[in-house]
Amino acid sequence: MIIAKVVGNVVSTIKHSCYAGRKLMIVRPMHLPGDKPDDDFVAIDAAHAGIGDTVLVCSEGNATRALVGNPNAPVRSSIVGIIDSVSIIR
Amino acid sequence: MILGQVVGTVVATIKDEQLAGEKILLVQLMNAKREKIGRPLAAIEVVHAGVGDLVFLVRSREAALATYPVQGPVDLAIVGIVDTAEAIQDVELELPFGESFFT
Repeated sequence: MIIAKVVGNVVSTIKHSCYAGRKLMIVRPMHLPGDKPDDDFVAIDAAHAGIGDTVLVCSEGNATRALVGNPNAPVRSSIVGIIDSVSIIR
Repeated sequence: MILGQVVGTVVATIKDEQLAGEKILLVQLMNAKREKIGRPLAAIEVVHAGVGDLVFLVRSREAALATYPVQGPVDLAIVGIVDTAEAIQDVELELPFGESFFT
């Protein structure tokens, strides 16, 4: 999974049926000091995250398909947890 | 999934038969600040998006699933038209060494 920050949300009324009722958030991966920041992407919220939260993002389709309960859903990334703390040794 | 903007249309009469009837649009992938990511790409679409629309897309295997049960040879598909996509800008993305707590 990716450690990321929730930086925004996406409102979309006309969308593929499997996204119905799902909250879409914009997440941006965090990085170690000195690394180049990555671009943001969209993830289905499954952990009731809010903007500004530090979250765990799973970006693999099969796991997210299991999460939405549709084995043929065109879904990729999902927020699966809200992080309390991280510790990294140098 | 990733954000993008429809910047044009693509017409291809001779193509794989599984793509028959699919509308192909030209899309510029971008991040929440509307900065471009890569070059414009061709994507099939299942939500009747038009040129100029802000959309969100799926790549690779998910793109083929967008037209389920037909799973054509595609690697990018528009699966939603975005009404609003707002992002806050000044977010600390650096994960320092040692212990960090997030309230």
